[in-house]
Amino acid sequence: MDSFSLSQFGAFDLALMLVILLLPLLSFVILIFVGRKLPRQGDWLATMNLSICLGLALLLFAKMLVHEEAPELAFRSAAVAGVDAAGNGVIEDYNPIWVDVIGFVVKPGILFDNLTAIMLVVVTLISTLVHFFSIGYMHGDPRYSRYFAYLGLFTFSMIGLILSDNLLLLYVFWELVGVSSFLLIGFWFEKPSAASACVKAFITNRVGDFGFFIGIAILFTSFGVLGYHELFSALSADPTAGGTLSAGLLTAAGVLLFMGAVGKSAQMPLHIWLPDAMEGPTPVSALIHAATMVAAGVYLVGRLFVVFTPEALLVIALIGALTAIFAAFLGIVMHDIKKVLAYSTISQLGYMIAAIGVGAVTAGLFHLMTHAFFKALLFLGSGSVIYGMHHHQDMREMGGLRKKMPITFACMFIATLAISGVPLLSGFLSKDAILAGALFQWMVPGSGGPAWLYALPFVLLLMAAGVTSFYMFRLIFLTFFGETKSEHADHAHESPKVMTVPLIVLAVLAIGSGGLGLTSHLGIGTHWFNDHVAAPTLDVNEPNGAFLNTRSTELVLTEDEEHAEHSSHTIAMICSLLVAGTGIFLACCFYLWRKLSAAKVAAVLAPVHRTLENKYYFDNLFVGVLSKKVIVGGLNRFLWWFDATIIDGIVNLTARITRVLAAIQGLFDKIVVDGLVNLVGLVTIVWGFFAQRLQTGRIQTYLMMFLIGFVGLAAAFFLIG
Amino acid sequence: MDGIPIHFYLGVSALLFFLGLVTILARRNLVYILLGVELILNAASLNFVTFSRYGGNLDGQIVSIFVIILAAAEAAVALAIVLNIYNVFKNVDVDTPSELKN
Amino acid sequence: MENAMDLSPLLTALWVLPIVGMAIVLMMPSRASEAIKTVAAFFTGIPLVIAVVLYFMFDRAAEGFQESMTVAFKWIEQFNIEYYIGVDGISMPLVLLTQLLMFVAVFASWNIDKGVKGYFAMLLLLTAGITGVFVSLDFFLFYVFWELMLLPMYFLIGIWGGPRREYAAIKFFLYTLAGSILMLIVLIAVYLSAGTFRIPELLAMGQAGQFAEGPSLFGLPFDKWMFVFLFIGFAVKVPLFPFHTWLPDAHVEAPTAISVVLAGILLKLGGYGLIRFNFQMLPDAAKWLCGVGEGSIPLIQWLAVISILYGAFVAMAQTDFKKMVAYSSVSHMGYVILGLAALNNLGFNGAAFQMFTHGLSSAALFLMVGVVYDRAHHRDINGFGGLALKMPVYTGLSAVALFAGLGLPGLANFVSEVMCLLGGYQAEHTRYFAIAAAAGVVFTAGYILWALQRVFYGKLNEKYQTMPDVNGREIFTLVPFIALVILLGIMPGWVLDWMKVSLDGVARLFS
Repeated sequence: MDSFSLSQFGAFDLALMLVILLLPLLSFVILIFVGRKLPRQGDWLATMNLSICLGLALLLFAKMLVHEEAPELAFRSAAVAGVDAAGNGVIEDYNPIWVDVIGFVVKPGILFDNLTAIMLVVVTLISTLVHFFSIGYMHGDPRYSRYFAYLGLFTFSMIGLILSDNLLLLYVFWELVGVSSFLLIGFWFEKPSAASACVKAFITNRVGDFGFFIGIAILFTSFGVLGYHELFSALSADPTAGGTLSAGLLTAAGVLLFMGAVGKSAQMPLHIWLPDAMEGPTPVSALIHAATMVAAGVYLVGRLFVVFTPEALLVIALIGALTAIFAAFLGIVMHDIKKVLAYSTISQLGYMIAAIGVGAVTAGLFHLMTHAFFKALLFLGSGSVIYGMHHHQDMREMGGLRKKMPITFACMFIATLAISGVPLLSGFLSKDAILAGALFQWMVPGSGGPAWLYALPFVLLLMAAGVTSFYMFRLIFLTFFGETKSEHADHAHESPKVMTVPLIVLAVLAIGSGGLGLTSHLGIGTHWFNDHVAAPTLDVNEPNGAFLNTRSTELVLTEDEEHAEHSSHTIAMICSLLVAGTGIFLACCFYLWRKLSAAKVAAVLAPVHRTLENKYYFDNLFVGVLSKKVIVGGLNRFLWWFDATIIDGIVNLTARITRVLAAIQGLFDKIVVDGLVNLVGLVTIVWGFFAQRLQTGRIQTYLMMFLIGFVGLAAAFFLIG
Repeated sequence: MDGIPIHFYLGVSALLFFLGLVTILARRNLVYILLGVELILNAASLNFVTFSRYGGNLDGQIVSIFVIILAAAEAAVALAIVLNIYNVFKNVDVDTPSELKN
Repeated sequence: MENAMDLSPLLTALWVLPIVGMAIVLMMPSRASEAIKTVAAFFTGIPLVIAVVLYFMFDRAAEGFQESMTVAFKWIEQFNIEYYIGVDGISMPLVLLTQLLMFVAVFASWNIDKGVKGYFAMLLLLTAGITGVFVSLDFFLFYVFWELMLLPMYFLIGIWGGPRREYAAIKFFLYTLAGSILMLIVLIAVYLSAGTFRIPELLAMGQAGQFAEGPSLFGLPFDKWMFVFLFIGFAVKVPLFPFHTWLPDAHVEAPTAISVVLAGILLKLGGYGLIRFNFQMLPDAAKWLCGVGEGSIPLIQWLAVISILYGAFVAMAQTDFKKMVAYSSVSHMGYVILGLAALNNLGFNGAAFQMFTHGLSSAALFLMVGVVYDRAHHRDINGFGGLALKMPVYTGLSAVALFAGLGLPGLANFVSEVMCLLGGYQAEHTRYFAIAAAAGVVFTAGYILWALQRVFYGKLNEKYQTMPDVNGREIFTLVPFIALVILLGIMPGWVLDWMKVSLDGVARLFS
């Protein structure tokens, strides 16, 4: 094994990645089997493992930062074994074989590039902080060690998802994060609401995964490969895959793959599971349902950017933008602090998805990172509030907590500023980049549909920015300002250090993480994110690449376009500042200064308010009608009736007919067949009845007959013969 | 002796046979039936002797002696049975011993 | 391998030993129930060890039947019937699965207290019958074992079953008998046409299209008639919609161990027969019913997809836990048929592997239901609730079994289902069927998780406040399956590598 060096990636780094991947799995296995017997139920083990992972991830990330060479360094789990005669490095494939049948060989491998590096840091960092936070938050839970085991399983799956180098392996970990999410949402399974929330989450995700799988099947059938790199090179060599792939089919594949992201990243209309997922412990919500797992969809769409055709990208952009705005509206009417944050998460995920849809991949992934920090902070902060409130989460019972929980307040306030887009905080930078991208798309529309459709994402996202700052400040004002509104709020207290320190760390990151990607025209920070976490591009000849999206095939802009791109940043920044300011101002009017009454507005806009309170009736439609009535109540019952009555009925009818036929045959047997036999007997009896008269037993009679016979015969003999 | 043609002997023999047969058929008394049987035997013997005489060898004579001996033995056994029947049923009617019937 | 050891006596021992065990059990006094169980465990345990040995002596690179394990003796010379046995990559994993399941079934039957002697004698006879079917290379011998296996099954359900056992047993018996009569017709027809019962020879003849030249009836060629008859015969066993209704009844009434055997192996006999006879012997007729070529009918994939979706929906409607698992078998075996209908490498491998993995997961599921039934004496899904609180170990094991049922990655069933679906998608004639079948995965998740939620999650049902967790014996029966499901999910090669060369031979017939 070669030694670790900062300038070159080799087998040693691969080993590090495997350690990062397997350590959380190790803690899962240990804790699930012997967790209860360990001192402190093994929380130290899980936390220690994760901290090691974090350290190693940071190490790898640092290496990527100083790495001078290609911005996108990718390698599978292979190492340079030697140099061949022509002087090219010979790559020896060390990949283990997972499935190997003719025509279907899956070799799990690791893909490590800048995106992977940053994602690894985000995941391990937030996971580590959540582990620490949970030591305080979950203290005294009867299934304490199981909780940490599940966290380990989740982290393992999430890291696997990031490191995978092929679609099928991604799908494997994709499902595994789903199941660990299932286990964690249903962690307090004795609550019926939690029990049904976890099932709902898993099944909703499965609906998306169905599309995801078909998308994989389309690509695999056309290109015969599953690895990203093999796929991309096949796509650039011949996007039609030898004529088997048409533009329509590739669009379909793109939309189907995106369906997986719709499920996992809670985009409309499959977003319904995420608010329910808040039934899980709050640190879990922070880790899984805000920062990492739900971002996997964004990661997927970004990773596979080149696969999407212009039409597919337009669909992605529109769904993302619509999700962003509609979920943001829902954030206004929620009373449960975690539900507000849940809809906020959906809305922000919509931002990221829309960003990738409009081609601003870097901005989307950048927002993924910054959002991970400030949303994790918000959730952990709300966890701290809930912990202080003795597990009450209704904001109408809170108020005035600013003085009782100063650290929590300060941290959450910073996060709120970040998400609202206050200048120089991380959220501002990433959101601004997304808006600029959307505006650019409006100015220079793509070829996927009518031009006016390309205007929509910017307009919707801009509105969503205003709504976001409104509901976030509403949350802050209701929770931390004004008078205390319940006994629990009166007795609230600041959380222990093990919980507040993670908050502080995240708060620092919420402010500073933007530094990784400040855009050049602001003149500060590094360009790392912009330069090194770009969308993958294809090297495609024009005639072949007719239906691939232009963003991934050509990077040359015309002069006008370059001008548009430049001005889009300025315009977008001004617009977003204005809108965010308006939102904050309105929130102050309603909830801080109490100049306006929310109840009155709600009364005036009653139908709108009712629609919002019912979450646009999505739950009613999917759960109430589609799932309960159509499938469970209708289709299932009908088919069960069909099975028991018709099919089994036919079987039983056959049996009955057979029995009736058998009975008829029995009668036939008795009357006709047996009748014949009896007739023979009867004839014999009758004959015997007559014949027995001759049998007198008197010798003389016999002798007499003999005599008569003799005479007769003699007479016959003489007469005839 | 030579002057008597053969059919005279045979006629007597046939007559004896028919007398015996009629006795057997008509009589109910076992003793009479036995007598009838003896008559038939004698008719047969007469035939044997006759054919022996006209046939030129002595075989028929020998058979006839056998028949006489046999008739004596038969009469002895038959009379013993008749006596036994008489002892049991107190008569010698041929229809009386019908225990095996039906 | 040169000078390879003759392993065929070991293969023969696989079915002879259980018969010997049965004889010993029959000679023992019926009061000695513990001793009888021990004998049964011994005479299924030794074959398991032998099967493992054979599994690792198996030459994975060789296509067709293993030379070192093949043996032939004359049996009934007038009709050319032989005692001719052997294994190839398709049957070897199933032989191993049989031995494992039967061994575990003995332990799963440990608390049988009625007619112990008869029960275990029947169980051993069943073992012999099933093993015989998998190792027979003589069609007649195959048929003999096929019928031999029916009889003990009938008594095991009919005597040791639940309240409606007689109905279920007769239904099972008649259904299967109807199928085997069709098989008998083919058996006779094949003999009259080919003059031999040797399966390898029959396969070669069929592949050469010899049976297509036979007499046609009602305008349908001879080989297609053969195909249809065999298909119905095996589809009953699989069971494929609409021949499936014996399954829920038989499962619900059968004692736990017998349900395990039913779902775990008996269904695989159908799939095995389909591969061996329908697809390997009559490839042209198979194409005809899979919708390939002119004048063909896409019947098989229709039935497969209907089975998958229909089974899932009906399973969702069940309130009886065992019945739900039974219908899930209908659904899962549909993937096997879909994989076969794809007629490509991926599909055949997926189908054969799905048979193996479903054998493991359904066995685990039935054992799981058995555990809770032993304690609560009912199986109403809605009548439990919150069991996870009282039975954490049981819940953990059940969760793995249930997740295997819904095809969770990392567990073996995922690999096989993905292969069936991808294979189905790859083949143009099954493309849209594969998409529909993939939608079945959503509904599968639906009924499995819904059941999990109602049984294990939620508030603890007060009645079961004192329900004990799984005991050592139950863990002993469940763990092999759970462990294998996980192991094969990570290293599917441990079974796939055994099958792929033989299955490639089958797939080549269609390319």
